Amino acid sequence: MHSKSLTELQRGLATGEFSSRELTQHYLDRIQHLDSHYNSFITVTAEQAIAQAVAADQRLQQGPQQALCGIPIAHKDIFCTEDVKTSCGSRMLDNFIPPYNATVVEKFNSAGAVTLGKTNMDEFAMGSSNESSFYGAVKNPWNTDCVPGGSSGGSAAAVAAQLAPATTGTDTGGSIRQPAALCGITGLKPTYGRVSRYGMIAFASSLDQGGPMTRSAEDAALMLNVMAGFDPRDSTSLDRSVPDYSATLGDSIEGLKIGLPKEFFGEGLDPKIAQIVADAVAELESQGATVKDISLPNTELAVPCYYIIAPSEASANLSRFDGVRYGYRCEDPLDLFDMYTRTRQEGFGEEVKRRILVGSYALSAGFYDAYYKKAQQIRRLIKNDFVAAFEQVDVILGPTVPNPAFALGEKNNDPVAMYLEDIYTISTNLAGLPGISVPAGFAAGKPAGLQLIGNYFSEQKLLNIAHRFQQGTDWHLQRPPLPGHSITEFGA
Amino acid sequence: MSVEKSDIEKIAVLARIRIDEGEIPEVVNRLNDILSMVDKMQAVDTSAVEPMANPLDASQRLRGDQVSEINRRESFQAIAPSVDEGFYLVPKVIE
Repeated sequence: MHSKSLTELQRGLATGEFSSRELTQHYLDRIQHLDSHYNSFITVTAEQAIAQAVAADQRLQQGPQQALCGIPIAHKDIFCTEDVKTSCGSRMLDNFIPPYNATVVEKFNSAGAVTLGKTNMDEFAMGSSNESSFYGAVKNPWNTDCVPGGSSGGSAAAVAAQLAPATTGTDTGGSIRQPAALCGITGLKPTYGRVSRYGMIAFASSLDQGGPMTRSAEDAALMLNVMAGFDPRDSTSLDRSVPDYSATLGDSIEGLKIGLPKEFFGEGLDPKIAQIVADAVAELESQGATVKDISLPNTELAVPCYYIIAPSEASANLSRFDGVRYGYRCEDPLDLFDMYTRTRQEGFGEEVKRRILVGSYALSAGFYDAYYKKAQQIRRLIKNDFVAAFEQVDVILGPTVPNPAFALGEKNNDPVAMYLEDIYTISTNLAGLPGISVPAGFAAGKPAGLQLIGNYFSEQKLLNIAHRFQQGTDWHLQRPPLPGHSITEFGA
Repeated sequence: MSVEKSDIEKIAVLARIRIDEGEIPEVVNRLNDILSMVDKMQAVDTSAVEPMANPLDASQRLRGDQVSEINRRESFQAIAPSVDEGFYLVPKVIE
């Protein structure tokens, strides 16, 4: 059952081939037996999942239901779940039981989806390797000595290892697309404002966006159909109608104009990944797409710009963790100041503290113009690059990440080296555009991702192109070896 | 631009994060690595560029001043570190 797509699972449930209870139990068993190898879950909600499955089975007996009714999924532990611990990968929230559901969780619950549990992540979504989690690093199912990427590393590993058919993730600078690329799955970051941020613990509010992590574009479309939509509870949610993302998957891409930004193919890109991207371009050309060389001249400013904007917003957002209303509080505070400062010293990990300090510095008196205002101006230049590019092409294509998954511990002591791994994904968040990563090959035996970036609200088009690509290739159908076995057939 | 020990001590107070004396040199080095990376921005002339706060240049949506949520004080207080009679308790501020 764990090799079936969401569409196949939907059909199996509708025809009575298996029940949601059987399907849910199957996945719970897999998590129990296999997740010790990956550490992809922080919390498994077995009892609640069975109860949801039983309820879904009753609904399914009454006739046709929404697409995901009875299908088990897992949520990144950044989405608040009522009465279920929501840690955000942090000691600060290790004891936090939210009294409400995130809108995304509410939408999946209403559709009848079953929640298997909450997936591991970098602390407060700050990281590209999942090593900053209070609950320990996640291991890449393709090579357990390597990182799965981050911050949605648990969500990516769970899908790759077939511990969940689909998961939710969030993407602030690449946190859906980068782990999707490193784990060989499909990950979509929608347009800023497309998916509600209500109940999604905030990191950088002008960049954060939730999205689906799945095996295929077809599955991602089914997930986005549930997730997307206007939410009055999110002040930056956009009031636009939601198309049926599944309806246009098979459309022809004849005449599609693809832009290849020269800045995405320069120094630092693994030559094998460059070849993988070239092969993917050839596949799309064989289906009638045309290719044009373009330029996004301010690309090299994206990482510097992001590492002012994101930490600045984070320093403001994370000021709420003060040990007063919920979450961790230090023992025996001497006074209020001691309580604040020691709660935050002990409750936050190193990377989170580092970013709060950078943000506090960038926003402090005398430095605001040089850092925060400057970064906001650079941000507009980066957006303008994309606006100009989309006057010439329909979609932008390139690698998702410059290198395949690196070894656990390799970049842990060099934050700047880790930051630079996000060079191709960050500019999309700064511009607020949608992007998708799809599996496109293997470099040194590890998955490599192809990234497509679309214009605002072009998720339909991105899913259509990704689906057409997956019709012509089988990279998304490859599965990692069972734990303890090595992989040789995709060697370098 | 770069920071030194006294800057870190000041920022730590602003950010309400305690940093042990022995950790400060490491924090100084790491922050300077990041600041030297972001300094690339300073070379760009942005004098004519309007700062961008929202990717779609959207403004904050306002709603009518009407009660839309129910009072859930008890469930919110149930997860607090320390409460008494509906109040959140913190160390004494006024002697």
